[in-house]
Amino acid sequence: MDKEYVGFAALPSQLHRKSVKKGFDFTLMVAGESGLGKSTLINSLFLTDLYKDRLIPDASARLSQTLTIERRGVEIEEEGIKVKLTLVDTPGFGDAVDNGDCWMPVVRFIEEQFEQYLRDESGLNRKNIQDSRVHCCLYFISPFGRGLRPLDVAFLRAVHEKVNIVPVIGKADALTPKETQILKQKIREQLEEQEINIYQFPDCDSDEDEDFKKQDAEMKESIPFAVIGSSTVVRDGATRPVRGRLYPWGAAEVENPYHCDFLNLRRMLVQTHLQDLKEVTHDLLYEGYRARCLQSLARPGARERASRSKLSRQSATEIPLPMLPLADTEKLIREKDEELRRMQEMLEKMQAQMQQSQGEQSDVL
Amino acid sequence: MSKGFAENRTDVTMSELVAEPRPKPAVPMKPLGISSNLLGYIGIDTIIEQMRKKTMKTGFDFNIMVVGQSGLGKSTLINTLFKSQVSRKSASWNREEKIPKTVEIKAIGHVIEEGGVKMKLTVIDTPGFGDQINNENCWEPIEKYINEQYEKFLKEEVNIARKKRIPDTRVHCCLYFISPTGHSLRPLDLEFMKHLSKVVNIVPIIAKADTMTLEEKMEFKQRVRKELEVNGIEFYPQKEFDEDLEDKTENDKIRQESMPFAVVGSDKEYQVNGKRVLGRKTPWGIIEVENLTHCEFALLRDFVIRTHLQDLKEVTHNIHYETYRARRLNDNGGLPRHLLHQISPPSRAWKNKARRR
Repeated sequence: MDKEYVGFAALPSQLHRKSVKKGFDFTLMVAGESGLGKSTLINSLFLTDLYKDRLIPDASARLSQTLTIERRGVEIEEEGIKVKLTLVDTPGFGDAVDNGDCWMPVVRFIEEQFEQYLRDESGLNRKNIQDSRVHCCLYFISPFGRGLRPLDVAFLRAVHEKVNIVPVIGKADALTPKETQILKQKIREQLEEQEINIYQFPDCDSDEDEDFKKQDAEMKESIPFAVIGSSTVVRDGATRPVRGRLYPWGAAEVENPYHCDFLNLRRMLVQTHLQDLKEVTHDLLYEGYRARCLQSLARPGARERASRSKLSRQSATEIPLPMLPLADTEKLIREKDEELRRMQEMLEKMQAQMQQSQGEQSDVL
Repeated sequence: MSKGFAENRTDVTMSELVAEPRPKPAVPMKPLGISSNLLGYIGIDTIIEQMRKKTMKTGFDFNIMVVGQSGLGKSTLINTLFKSQVSRKSASWNREEKIPKTVEIKAIGHVIEEGGVKMKLTVIDTPGFGDQINNENCWEPIEKYINEQYEKFLKEEVNIARKKRIPDTRVHCCLYFISPTGHSLRPLDLEFMKHLSKVVNIVPIIAKADTMTLEEKMEFKQRVRKELEVNGIEFYPQKEFDEDLEDKTENDKIRQESMPFAVVGSDKEYQVNGKRVLGRKTPWGIIEVENLTHCEFALLRDFVIRTHLQDLKEVTHNIHYETYRARRLNDNGGLPRHLLHQISPPSRAWKNKARRR
């Protein structure tokens, strides 16, 4: 009777294989005042040293600095799965004496990525759409304050409908466990009071096992995550190197769940919710942006309907979308680069295969 | 007997009105120099004991201001420094801690006593400093307050019928709390200290220093010192006011090695090695506030209270107050004849000059 087996249960593993081949794109933004341990945490999360050549400007240089957006890319591979991670950093945020509107460049950047995607999606050649949308924003809150500062609130309100926000308390080794609890409670209250929508972890399915459910509940309880970052090893004797910060009174360990929530953050960000973050970005945030954008252009509603019907005949540039500062040629170059890379990979694989088969042939002969 | 008093300078204080140079630290047992032919013991050195008795009766004033972003542990540190609940937080019933929209100045006075000596301590807190999105000129209310105290004192001094002991509300010491980012000073820190180091004694300290490892602390301190130097900011003890070689060497060591003090404050006690100590308990260890290998709180306390308390008051009176007084009187065209015993308020031109400094 088990001969009546159609076989579409193999679909998930087909999808898996396809996505493994394609690789994952993930764009992570880190924001917050300088000196909260952002760079150290990123290095700890992804076990890389993305900030090796960074120069930290001193105060007088920062007096006249405005906020800049920096992008860093790194390819991480683990067990055959490739992740192309793009890190977006916001140096200069909150540094000045007058920080009014210092979040505007960030908001504009996020919207530009949406704009770019919208144009790509509405374009003719949709094969190689680069997804540069920001999938997640780790917002660092100072452990020294009494909760969210006015600047934190202003920033979060400006971006909460545009990006998944995961609030994080940086340098959590400044706090005793009790202080951490109080601070988290205060932040949660403030977020609710100010009606800021942070990224909501989806409830787990009822058929997950108890352990997973418990883990999930624990993780939700510990938001905002209180983290410590470090790239130095404190205890060499253990089987695996233990990263942490060594003080005269003891060593705070990064991966110790009693010391901080680093493990929870890493599990959430990388192990369990990476895909969900991308989906929410696409299905909720991007769609919201797209709807708002098209609606605002569709004031004479007929124009929008008319232009949509002409899609197949006209080129991409004639669609009534807001003009991007990004030149078309740059975009084309990026697409071509992507195609080139894929073709090179295919070529390498084919060469390897040919060599293998030649070897076999010579054996036979 | 007198030698013992001389070493412990906090007992040796002078009355408020006398603008005399600081007493030399060591009172020689044998008369030195020119007047070396005293035939027997006169008893001049008992003046110190007499001064001490007087001070014990009258007590003395000390006004300390704390400035820094909210959450840097200002109130806790003050409580730890004076080993009593003297901060604004302890005084108010409402512990809700809302960030005020503008910088407020809150002064709380207490009388604390030790060894028969009474000190009227006033802690001036500045909630709201550096907490807004736009912090332009948030130091102005503070500068204004400090100048107002000088003005008050000046008015009393210029009176024909002066009080025997003018109440001294001038700010003797301003503790500036630097956030332990580990990177460098923030632009706001620079701006504040630039504007106020010429008006009041600023003692910069690194708050919540338990977030930095030893190396990070050393690097950060060096960076901060360098930045202050590059920007021409003279914090207390100022180089130009060192009176003699002994002061200079002592202060040089403090200026170039210890300051800014990296402190940790706490009002909770824990049991460590059988002793009860003030500290902070974390899952990875207990940070002892008075342990010099953990933080420099003890150095700060000794500096502000045990060795330089009187000097802080003197520099405030002899230097900062005199500067203010000279400017004010210049502004009024010379010393006002005692006919006008009501000084006119500071003119706008002088205020602008002061601000542009």
